Amino acid sequence: MGASKPRLPSARGRHFVIGVPYLFLVLFFSLPFLVVLRISVSDAIGVRFQDLLTWDDGALTLRLKFTDYLFLATDPVYIVTYLRSIGYAALNTVICLAIGYPFAYFMARSPATWRPALLMLVSLPFWTSYLLRVYAWKGLLDDNGIVNNLLLWLHLIDSPIKMMHTALSMMVGMVYTYLPFMILPVYANLVKMDVRLLEAAADLGSKPLRTFWLVTVPLSMPGIIAGSMLVLIPSIGEYVIPELLGGPSTLMIGQVLWDEFFKNIDWSMASAVAVSMVVLILIPLAVFNHYQTRGVGRGGVA
Amino acid sequence: MNSAVGRAWLAFGYAFLYIPIATLIAFSFNASKMVTLWGGFSLHWYRELLNDTEVINGFVTSLKIALMTASASIVLGTLAAFALVRYRQFFGRTVFIAHINAPLVVPEVITGLSLLLFYVACERLFGLFSHRGIVTIWIGHTSICTCYAAVVVQSRLLAMDKSLEEAAMNLGCRPFQVFVLVTLPQIVQSLVSAWLLTFTISLDDVVTSSFLNGPGVSTLPMVIFARARLGLNPTVNAVATLSVAVVSIGVLTGSLWMARNERRRAEEQAAAYREGMVALQGRIPDARA
Repeated sequence: MGASKPRLPSARGRHFVIGVPYLFLVLFFSLPFLVVLRISVSDAIGVRFQDLLTWDDGALTLRLKFTDYLFLATDPVYIVTYLRSIGYAALNTVICLAIGYPFAYFMARSPATWRPALLMLVSLPFWTSYLLRVYAWKGLLDDNGIVNNLLLWLHLIDSPIKMMHTALSMMVGMVYTYLPFMILPVYANLVKMDVRLLEAAADLGSKPLRTFWLVTVPLSMPGIIAGSMLVLIPSIGEYVIPELLGGPSTLMIGQVLWDEFFKNIDWSMASAVAVSMVVLILIPLAVFNHYQTRGVGRGGVA
Repeated sequence: MNSAVGRAWLAFGYAFLYIPIATLIAFSFNASKMVTLWGGFSLHWYRELLNDTEVINGFVTSLKIALMTASASIVLGTLAAFALVRYRQFFGRTVFIAHINAPLVVPEVITGLSLLLFYVACERLFGLFSHRGIVTIWIGHTSICTCYAAVVVQSRLLAMDKSLEEAAMNLGCRPFQVFVLVTLPQIVQSLVSAWLLTFTISLDDVVTSSFLNGPGVSTLPMVIFARARLGLNPTVNAVATLSVAVVSIGVLTGSLWMARNERRRAEEQAAAYREGMVALQGRIPDARA
């Protein structure tokens, strides 16, 4: 760095700053994904994958195998699992929004001196192991679990309710894990909101609920969208929660990938599932980008 | 909206967030073997933990990987953040941004699978990564955590006042001196946050590690996951309680330290400003007029 002109950021420094993380991420993030892409379309003998391009007697042959993708696209089990993953992820997003939006709203409207503590209490669970927090629900929702014991003790029920390994237990675990991801961006947006706009609406005779729907909610749209994406996208590919809290009826696509790889030892199929999962995730991301750029444009006018 | 409704909503929300953790802790002190029935206070499961070599070895492995991951991630993440904030135009910047954001949205099952298949391909072609274990897990965690570190440091760099760096450069500092003497002290808090964040992400990861581990290498989350899959296990509660205790102390100390730093910086700035004003008034006697 020192050899070039001292007062200008040197070209070598610039190459180093950009090049090192770039190279690392290309090497250990994109390149591995290309390997997955390749394996998903290559013929295999055992676990030895054949070359896609072969040069034989003056003929260049490109062999691509789409049988795994065909299987994925035609087997109802896979299709249902894909749809189920999207469905549970969407349901998770809606519930997180329904609980998290009012929560963030009341946080943002609480006295300013309370807010740092309230905020810290929301983000504190982030720092503790998510695996352990998911495990905690096993103890609560088990047939002999704490919730059933409490309900039995209160004589509200006569025999334990089956909650564990159902859609209910899995959704509770999902909402519990992802709720802070909804609260934090929505709160960050609501706390910055110009209260004078709400006062103006009130002065012009708008009722509180009407002001809420017509002023607060539209203004907090960026927070809602950011929070929804932070909940929706990771929950599509969730593995740990359905595995620990779900049952046979809640099989998600991440579990299918895991089982293809670890149980069936079908690398090619696992790769095909991985590629189609990425495609599945790109759809909501594209929609998000579309709305985000539109939102920015609208914000610029206002 | 009604403030009573608001308070009730917040109370229920916090109860929802904290009751599971509270029960987890309470039942770690349970004398009964039944995880969900209270049988009196006991430290039995903690004594059990002391002789549990699987958990202890897993913890040591996880700790090593997390220390290595956090340290590598803040170096790579800081470089990436500088690249994004300071160099507005360079070849492939859009692709670079995609590389910073992608690991945040790609499910861990995919990251784990693709990196393992990449290791296998490297082994076949070049004989690399044939020994899988701590190093291969470390690389996997670092490729995810670099992006988190980059995002944290980037937001601090964007908020930072560039004029101090420019002043240092005008006064003849070399770029590296500017970085160490001017930039680094200003971003050190974000580096600490990024280090702690990536440390906990690595310490908590189960999916990527399961793909990238080798024979005989198990991280603590892998041990916990294997036990939790089989059913309820009081030793898991004891591990949870210990980790919650460590985390609470760590987060509390960290935020107190940051608050003190923030206050001291504000005081120093105020003092510098006062002195500047006094000096200015001394030079121009009728400045107040």
